[in-house]
Amino acid sequence: MGLIARHLEEAGIPTVVVGSARDIVEECGVARFVFTDFPLGNPTGKPGDAAMQRDIVGTALDLLERAWLPRTTVQTPFVWDADDNDGWRSHFMRVDDSNRATLAAAGEARRGDQAAAKADGRARTT
Amino acid sequence: MSDGRRAHRSYLSYIDKSREYYAAHGYPQPYQWAYSHEVAFTPLEKPLSESTVGLVTTSFFRAGSEPTGVPAARPKRPYAGHCDDALNGLYNNDLFWDKDNTHTEDLDTYLPINRLREFAAVGRIGAVSERFYGIPTDYSHRRTQRNDSPRIEEWMREDGVDVALLVPL
Repeated sequence: MGLIARHLEEAGIPTVVVGSARDIVEECGVARFVFTDFPLGNPTGKPGDAAMQRDIVGTALDLLERAWLPRTTVQTPFVWDADDNDGWRSHFMRVDDSNRATLAAAGEARRGDQAAAKADGRARTT
Repeated sequence: MSDGRRAHRSYLSYIDKSREYYAAHGYPQPYQWAYSHEVAFTPLEKPLSESTVGLVTTSFFRAGSEPTGVPAARPKRPYAGHCDDALNGLYNNDLFWDKDNTHTEDLDTYLPINRLREFAAVGRIGAVSERFYGIPTDYSHRRTQRNDSPRIEEWMREDGVDVALLVPL
């Protein structure tokens, strides 16, 4: 998505990216970025919370008007879980000694399936 | 939640996380993420209250349920769809997001058509483009840059889009 934003900006169409994967967007390099520190999936606000969604989209509109340099990032004030905001972070794509063998086995199984599919001449479905 | 000191950044690095996660699955070659030092910048040419806003998403219509005029969702390729056709939600279960901690059953959490239309209704923006634009995330950088991006730009120009709001899931 960052690459498209870059293309549009170079073509003369002002852009704002609204997202939750800060490092991916900032490494790609975009003109304006509204960051909300949420689990991936709801970059424009929590489900059912229209006021929050309005606030985040409004921030994106404000940024379109007010940024004067590229790579301008603003972070919205919203917190996913005020009681345990590290819980979802540590859970996502977790790799530690408790699941290392399981992940390795899952990778092995997937490669086996892909090799079998290739041998059968079946098209990749994912 | 408390303020204090930490030996690491608070927000997640998905570049680091995904590299370690797929390495643990036995994939030694990490994905090569886009990186650029130089970034273009285009100021607004006219007030937002006179501008048409175009939305860009990484979600697609469910394969087999594409509205008239929208190409088949598989294989994925860029598309333009009418906002009204998306109001019941789009398909994104195949994308990389946190399915354990949240859901995408509320369209406006990832494609804020209704919220933007509210801003249009009160005059904060001129209008929401009648069409939104979808792009695949599973292409090569080169294909995104050479094929998909110019196509999205072309549709935006057809629709008179003045500014773009892009929401990667």
